[in-house]
Amino acid sequence: MVRFLLSRLLRAAVTIVLVVTFAFVVLRLSGDPAQIIMGADAPPEAVDAFRTAWGLDQPVWVQYFHYFGAIASGDLGRSMRDGREAIVLVAERIPATLALTVPALLIKLLLGIPAGIYAALHRNSAVDRALMVAAVAGFTVPSFVLGLLLVLVFAVQLGWLPSGGQESWRHAILPVATLGIGGAAVLARFTRSAMLEVLGQPYIRTASAKGLTWRAVVWSHALPNAAIPTVTIVGFMVGSLIAGAVVVESVFSWPGVGRLMVVAVANRDLAVVQCILLLVAATMVVANLTVDVLYGVLDPRLRTGIRRAGAG
Amino acid sequence: MSAPLLEAEGLVRRYAMRRGLFGRGVEIAAVDGVSLRIEAGRTLGLVGESGCGKSTTGRLVLGLERPDAGSVRFEGRPMPPPGTAEWRRLRARMQMVFQDPLGALDRRLPIGEQIREPLDIHGLLDPAARQARVFDLLHAVGLREDHAARYPHELSGGQRQRAVLARALATGPSLLVADEPISALDVSIQAQVMNLLADIQARFGIAMLFISHDLRAVRQLSHRIAVMYLGRIVEEGEPDAVLHDPAHPYARALVSAIPHPGRAVRRILLPGDPPNPADRPPGCAFHPRCPAAVARCRAESPALKPRADGRLVACHVAQGEAEAPIRQAA
Amino acid sequence: MSGLVAITGLTVAFSGQPALRGVDLAVGRGEAVGLVGESGCGKSVTWLAALGLLPSRAEIGGSVRLEGEELIGAPPARLERVRGGRIAMIFQDPASSLNPVHRVGRQIAEALSLHRGLEGASARAEARRLLDLVGIPDASRRLDAYPHEFSGGQNQRVMIAMALAGRPELLVADEPTTALDVTIQAQILDLLHSLRREFGMALVLISHDLGVVSETCERVAVMYAGRIVEEAPTERIFADPRHPYTRGLLGALPPLAGPKRRLASIPGGVPEPWAMPPGCAFAPRCAAHRPECDRAAPHPLPVAPGHRAACLRATEPAAAEPVPA
Repeated sequence: MVRFLLSRLLRAAVTIVLVVTFAFVVLRLSGDPAQIIMGADAPPEAVDAFRTAWGLDQPVWVQYFHYFGAIASGDLGRSMRDGREAIVLVAERIPATLALTVPALLIKLLLGIPAGIYAALHRNSAVDRALMVAAVAGFTVPSFVLGLLLVLVFAVQLGWLPSGGQESWRHAILPVATLGIGGAAVLARFTRSAMLEVLGQPYIRTASAKGLTWRAVVWSHALPNAAIPTVTIVGFMVGSLIAGAVVVESVFSWPGVGRLMVVAVANRDLAVVQCILLLVAATMVVANLTVDVLYGVLDPRLRTGIRRAGAG
Repeated sequence: MSAPLLEAEGLVRRYAMRRGLFGRGVEIAAVDGVSLRIEAGRTLGLVGESGCGKSTTGRLVLGLERPDAGSVRFEGRPMPPPGTAEWRRLRARMQMVFQDPLGALDRRLPIGEQIREPLDIHGLLDPAARQARVFDLLHAVGLREDHAARYPHELSGGQRQRAVLARALATGPSLLVADEPISALDVSIQAQVMNLLADIQARFGIAMLFISHDLRAVRQLSHRIAVMYLGRIVEEGEPDAVLHDPAHPYARALVSAIPHPGRAVRRILLPGDPPNPADRPPGCAFHPRCPAAVARCRAESPALKPRADGRLVACHVAQGEAEAPIRQAA
Repeated sequence: MSGLVAITGLTVAFSGQPALRGVDLAVGRGEAVGLVGESGCGKSVTWLAALGLLPSRAEIGGSVRLEGEELIGAPPARLERVRGGRIAMIFQDPASSLNPVHRVGRQIAEALSLHRGLEGASARAEARRLLDLVGIPDASRRLDAYPHEFSGGQNQRVMIAMALAGRPELLVADEPTTALDVTIQAQILDLLHSLRREFGMALVLISHDLGVVSETCERVAVMYAGRIVEEAPTERIFADPRHPYTRGLLGALPPLAGPKRRLASIPGGVPEPWAMPPGCAFAPRCAAHRPECDRAAPHPLPVAPGHRAACLRATEPAAAEPVPA
């Protein structure tokens, strides 16, 4: 187990380094931050001074090593716009994002998983078909379309809810719904197919042949097995708690990490963008690690995994 | 004895196997010193249980895998390295048929095209003659010409195996390795395919390596049979000699396990499971399950060698080199 | 021998296509009956239908009585008491028939709790005794093992232990040795035989292998295309088979002794459910086919005590048929 965790941690570290490197390279290739931040009309001396101040005049690989050296010592840099520490800027926004993504995650889990299980157990029933049509609609419609649709109906037409901003809990309802409905649809479809796969397995027939009630067969034999693949996608959803709201925050003018990211990219505010990407990569990696450990808990075959030789 | 078509000497094939997710790799010998010869137009039956290495032996013989030790000679010449032009040329003369005909066929192509494919690949016959050859092959395996246009899923299990055979025969091979070719089929269809294999051999003079766990099928089709246990041949001889008077205790148990319709027989029940190649016991690999094992069997691995009656047996007791069985500790 | 299970006129169809076309079969107390046939003949479906284990889209007709109690259409609660209690069933692929995420001890204890009311330590002690009984070495430790830690043969032993947990009067074994090696098959058949002797339990052995059935069973029923075509005491079915399909199956088996002969294979294949011949389903493959065979499906004709065959020529004495050694 220790070996397993160590190898996973190593892999996680490599992932983070790759993500940060990728972001570094792409951002440096996509235009001159000094020019963008100072504006097109700025005098060349001012732009040059800005470059020198932020080390942008040095070769890219020197910048890269400086950057990594700083990260290693815990310094994630400062915003080029207002000079504040990037980590502080980002941290300020995290609660706002979590205020959307955590309730949305709860909706996904509490709506998506039961709906998927119900649909699988009542396969081809009217409810199953209706749920699956809804699920397909839910994940084929992009979140900005769904968000705008909800705004049109509930804010513009009915006037029940505000269309944007962060003044009260009522402002959160539409963005949370937008996030939650799409995710619940994905989860419902996934859970349904995982359940159907398990329900077709011979051990389900064995459990019935043993005399268990159908309810007991589902609860103690089907669900624990269907949980194994479902954990992957739930882990992915947990991993995107920070980064999963970029579009929705923009649509609803919600001042979270996602909006900060959009603004920072537009401004080539390198330190801020890199800081967010690092954070996103770290949450993803932690979520994946948790999924791997959960696999081991849920599936005894992975724990001991002594496979008999099968060479015929 | 005429010069054999195929001669394999001391074949060894090892695999690295990991035990579990966190375990360290161990090396297992799937095939551990197998020698065999197949004469032109004759069939060698290779019998054994899962994990005994019979399928690996089949792949080694065809050169689909390279042995870690030992050699294969085909028509007196050593097998060229896999992937070379010479090997490909040779492969047209040796074909393989597997257990699962549906898996062996391409679902998206009509079987006529699949039978024709080897002719295209090896550039045999001129293109115009190839279609006629396809029809000939279909007839030879008992299919009709209109079957050529059908897709694999439109055929029954038996018909699919016939199509696979037709494709294997397309290049006019002189050796056919058939790995459990009938075990996925129903009893009545098994008989059809066994008859077909016998007909094909009689008509085209093809030599066969017939790999099976089914002793009845092996007797029906083979001129010699070899019994494998844990990567080694433990007994080899004429089919009726081995079946009626098996010398090796494992062969004896296998023979006694054959169900006899309408006749009760006394079975030799072997204790334990089929062995795991990763846990090869010292000495004779069979000794932990052997009712006749003596002290020597635990220490020394018996060699496969001829007895006075010409049968090859790898057993200290059957060779009369050891006596007085000890009681097995359970 | 008093009747335990009586199946009469059992039919099953899946979306209108028949899988069983009227099966009549009786199993006496303590009796061992073999059910033989090729894939798709309905031998497994018969017993899955009897125990209510088919998916709900299966259309089931006819009757299955367990000592007079009707099982077809019975309420779920009553079926659940029968399943694993009075009638237990084991299946072909033991490795995938056990739940991979539960310890085998728990899977056995579940049946003990359902049918014997045993819980906790007493369930565990009984589960250990059952594992011992079916020949799993070191049973108390192995209770905590998972199915993937057992070999195929051991998993089938665990399945048998689980089946025995409810002290069944009938064990239905559906191809219990097909997925196993020959020497392991011998072990499992031997185990079933000795358990039956010990507990006086009736056994239905479903198999494609006439040889396997003949050694274990007193009576054999041969199925073809959703019907039983011949039924007889085991000795008779081999000594004097009357249905051409039974003869075909016997002739298709390669002999172990005597001169090698061409196998008497049955031409063609099993008819598809949507293209059943109007009369005898075997007629298109039958060497003794006559025009009247196509008029209606033949009824089983009594040939001798306990021997029936559904063939118009069943009562004509058979030509000397070579029965494989």
